Amino acid sequence: MVRMVSATELEPTTYAWPVEAAGLRVKAGRHVAVNGLDLRLGTGVHGLLGPNGAGKTTLMRAVSTVHRPSGGSLRLLGEDATNGRVLRSLRRRLGYLPQHFGFYPRFTVREYVEYMAWLREMPKAAIPGAVQRAVERVGLTGRAGAKLKTLSGGMLRRVGIAQAIVNDPDLLLLDEPTVGLDPEQRVEFRTLLRELGADSCVVVSTHLVEDVVAACTDVVLVDEGRLVWQGLPAELVRLGERGGTGDSPAERGYTSLLTTHRSAA
Amino acid sequence: MTDHIPAAPLAAYTAGDPHLDDATVWAVEVHLENCAGCRARLAELAAPPLRTLLDDVQVTIDRGVRTGPEPARRRAWRRLAHRWAVWSVIPWVATVAGAVLAAFALDRQFPERPSLVLLLAPVAPLAGLAIAWSRRSDPAWEITAGTSRAGLELLLRRTVVVLATVLPPLALAGWRLGMSPALWLLPSLTFTAATLLAGGLIGVGRAAAVLGGGWLLAVALPAVLTSDLPAVVQPSSLPAWAAAALAGTLLTVLRAGDHRRVN
Repeated sequence: MVRMVSATELEPTTYAWPVEAAGLRVKAGRHVAVNGLDLRLGTGVHGLLGPNGAGKTTLMRAVSTVHRPSGGSLRLLGEDATNGRVLRSLRRRLGYLPQHFGFYPRFTVREYVEYMAWLREMPKAAIPGAVQRAVERVGLTGRAGAKLKTLSGGMLRRVGIAQAIVNDPDLLLLDEPTVGLDPEQRVEFRTLLRELGADSCVVVSTHLVEDVVAACTDVVLVDEGRLVWQGLPAELVRLGERGGTGDSPAERGYTSLLTTHRSAA
Repeated sequence: MTDHIPAAPLAAYTAGDPHLDDATVWAVEVHLENCAGCRARLAELAAPPLRTLLDDVQVTIDRGVRTGPEPARRRAWRRLAHRWAVWSVIPWVATVAGAVLAAFALDRQFPERPSLVLLLAPVAPLAGLAIAWSRRSDPAWEITAGTSRAGLELLLRRTVVVLATVLPPLALAGWRLGMSPALWLLPSLTFTAATLLAGGLIGVGRAAAVLGGGWLLAVALPAVLTSDLPAVVQPSSLPAWAAAALAGTLLTVLRAGDHRRVN
């Protein structure tokens, strides 16, 4: 089969930032969980850090187009995500793993990933190959035919990652992807993240500062729905050398940033 | 790109000439991708060591294909079921089928009372609709809601499933009671369309509750209490139902964009 690289694949993008939010406000129920957030994310792996209730999950839901922002502007891959008309074509280029990964217990791994590829309107001919590749990338080749209800928590998490990357998304959102993974799998997952971040925008929301320092190219710290700090992982480590509480320089950097922010507010 | 590759660059490319510049290599490769004739010329130019290598590769690939794992079996029926079925509505559909059966039995027993099947028909699909497109019943709603098929396409698929399971019991009951199919079908379709239309604004579940509750309180309950068949379910109101069903369906399609996000 001969495949030619098409002109659209080589085309430069017409947007500067895959994710661009200005004054973004998103409600979770009645509570305004994201309140006036300004954020710009480029290509690479972005670690989204913040305490519980900082609005990370709500932000991820807004960026994944599941929640409608109640104010401000949100541009994703150059499209206005508050405009309903562009959602269908925009969603084909998104991958999303929610914090609560719901699944259908009777589906096999392959069937589930295939169903998600179909929901994202991948071309019919490309689906089987893409499903196999996604399952292999998360290391579940041996269990591809197993029903989801027979899998362990860590394996389910990996199925969730597989369904998120099956359509080779330009914007990939992973909410707590490393929960339940054993140390070896976490190291493998970091390698996968670096691969994915080479040519797409990956946003990883997590509590684990060491994951961010190891695998991310950029750190985003949010608290109470606002951006507190954005910078390189090395800068976070450097901040930690000066003070703060924690067991590693990165953790000390994280706590010192939060303390400074809270005392200023 | 009508010109084929001249002999000199092709020979240089085949031999792996280091003096060949990148632009030419690129042009040669792009052309080769799409031209079987030039690929054949390339094969003729290839030196014997390269051919031996290619033969070896071919043998290895063939062996891998023979001894490797079997391709995953296609299970078309399972896939069809996954794309269409809404398992969460089954309990509701069973309840509705039971209610229709009970209404049918009562109608047979007391033919002079207002027909319960007719009073039930408009609201029969509503519970299924509310379940089929709600957060609580779909464990993967958060992933599903962020995909491009989410919204009207999935909603319509699920509506078709609900109608396909709710309408046959009604049809059977209506046929055994000797009613005109339009009498129960048109109100049923009108209420389905109205629920989807209002659901785009206030959520399908809420719309189903308001419309279903309204019908039961304002029409069905007085009819049962007073034993008069209300005018709205008599044959004389059929043209109005037909118009409402048509208008409702058209408006639902026009307002399809409301369902892009789950309410």
